[in-house]
Amino acid sequence: MGKTLFDKIWEKHVVQKIDDGPSVLYIDKHFIHEVTSPQAFNGIEKRGLKVFRPQQIVATADHNVPTLNQHLPIKDELSRLQVQQLIENCKKHDIELYGLGHPFQGIVHVIGPELGITQPGMTIVCGDSHTSTHGAFGAIAFGIGTSEVEMVFASQCLLQTKPDLLRINIEGELQDGVLSKDIILYIISKITASGATGYFVEYAGSAIKSLSMEARMTICNMSIEMGARGGMIAPDETTYAYIKGRQFAPSGERWEKKLNDWKQLYSDADAVFDKEIYINAAEIEPMITYGTNPGLGISINGYIPVAESIADEGERKNIVKALQYMGLEGGKQLLGMPVQHVFIGSCTNSRIEDLRLVAGLVKGRKKNEHVQVMIVPGSQQVARQVHAEGLDQVFLEAGFEIRQAGCSACLGMNEDKIPAGEYCISTSNRNFEGRQGAGARTLLASPLTAAAAAITGVVTDVRTLQNIL
Amino acid sequence: MIPLKTICSRFVPLPMENIDTDQIIPARFLKATTRDGFGKNLFRDWRYENNDDTQPKKGFVLNQPEYTGEILVAGKNFGCGSSREHAAWALQDYGFKAVVSSFFADIFKNNALNNGVLPVKVSDAFLSELFALGNEATISIDVDKQTITIDQTGAQEIFDINIYKKTCLINGYDDIDYLLSNKKAIEAFEAKMV
Ligand code: SF4
Repeated sequence: MGKTLFDKIWEKHVVQKIDDGPSVLYIDKHFIHEVTSPQAFNGIEKRGLKVFRPQQIVATADHNVPTLNQHLPIKDELSRLQVQQLIENCKKHDIELYGLGHPFQGIVHVIGPELGITQPGMTIVCGDSHTSTHGAFGAIAFGIGTSEVEMVFASQCLLQTKPDLLRINIEGELQDGVLSKDIILYIISKITASGATGYFVEYAGSAIKSLSMEARMTICNMSIEMGARGGMIAPDETTYAYIKGRQFAPSGERWEKKLNDWKQLYSDADAVFDKEIYINAAEIEPMITYGTNPGLGISINGYIPVAESIADEGERKNIVKALQYMGLEGGKQLLGMPVQHVFIGSCTNSRIEDLRLVAGLVKGRKKNEHVQVMIVPGSQQVARQVHAEGLDQVFLEAGFEIRQAGCSACLGMNEDKIPAGEYCISTSNRNFEGRQGAGARTLLASPLTAAAAAITGVVTDVRTLQNIL
Repeated sequence: MIPLKTICSRFVPLPMENIDTDQIIPARFLKATTRDGFGKNLFRDWRYENNDDTQPKKGFVLNQPEYTGEILVAGKNFGCGSSREHAAWALQDYGFKAVVSSFFADIFKNNALNNGVLPVKVSDAFLSELFALGNEATISIDVDKQTITIDQTGAQEIFDINIYKKTCLINGYDDIDYLLSNKKAIEAFEAKMV
């Protein structure tokens, strides 16, 4: 029987298998940030240990950083302390830190790939659930808790049980105006927010192959939103071309050798998955969420489900509660509904391609006067690129606010928050209650759908924008 | 870690599905650099009016003294969302030793086990039975036998836990002890990899 892409990488990294138990899995790259690492550093220090392989760790500050005036000290005391602690811990343990002020600083899942640190065939972890993003390169990448961060500090290994494997095959051509964000929102709306729990997902099929690396990252990023441990895509020419020449990418002879290895990374034709799902790409429309988990999504022209029509009691209660929080009504459309905020950023959609798409749409237009629009590049590098390409000019002329790199309004932890009761179309990945600030109401969508709402001030089908304006 | 062998206690019912870790502990409380004290912000936004911890929401179960115990019983897909281990710390710090649900998110399950909080997965039917019980009912959990029992009715289910994790829990070992004892094998593996 053939092997899956996952099997090939997993088997290469098993140091040992415990009888009737998990495997000791070797970790190639470990990303850390300020929020989930301090207790892990404390932990190893309490045990009198040093970090075992500091050169395999890369750190950045992203969750807690302000996105304005990053050259000034952080105002919030607790945030400042946490960022300061990261600086001290990295210094003490010889860990490379791309902190505030560093030209490589940014959201951890944006900088790993853009620096060429993320590579096919690797095992990658980070104390953050969206580590699944890195799977777009054909790596086994998954989020871990702080105790596990401590384990990797101590031993560069984790105890892991091999997950079941799910392949999601998406064949065919995408409609105009449909982005990879729509693909993943569509999948989650079909299989629910817990539909892939226990599984590691491989995305495959012609529609996936046709995507750029950045679009692939958006899909893998949200694997966790359907409960999956991680998501991955087999590397191909698109992958190699993206990595080549980046800061930490292999070069010369080493590149040739690596490339040879990478070319073995695919699921064999006769490999067997625990489960397979097939999706026709042409069915997918621009998507938007109406509820308080990412599985509660509809097509942009769709109708919010009526709770009474749902047979399962638990699910019905969920929807009633979600709609109450969101201030929405079953049976209605979201189309045409006013929004007060548009947030374009987060590790899902803050890369240069996302911002190019947005700029392409808004060029020469102005935002609606009732909407506040925030653009937050995922990293300093993205921000520099935005400037180099003159996109910042387009955004400024449209009346958008451009901020500095960080997680920003994705999670209601730093200064950027959405006020209670107001609606925000967000390109991020979570619409949980209070995720963007206590009482904030989040509608997840693609960068194009977000940009369209910025211009019109209401939920808009980007495909009809020409007719509206 | 403190060894965990048996729990016998009343329980706190939270019959909601998809309780995500942002609800268990909202992001704004993740700024601490130690593991302590998260219990007071457990379910913070469900527990208090207007983010003011002097104004408990009467309708929320943690504010109803008739419900108490070391076991939280929650709806399907508990702990989804963010990987924040702070969720497990908050539950533990509040005093919960076990969470019972018909479905757990993966990362949460690991985080809980790594902190001596036992996730007990039961059938949907058993979960409904639990929610139908009054606040006086007690549950007994035996880690070694892998059983969960409703003391009043005798209804019992067997739950899953892998043998390695079970040994860790009963003896209070953690994974780091195991990994450290295997340093030689890890170094040999590294030498072979290059
Ligand atoms: S951008 Fe949002 S989802 Fe991504 S790492 Fe930051 S907080 Fe997490």
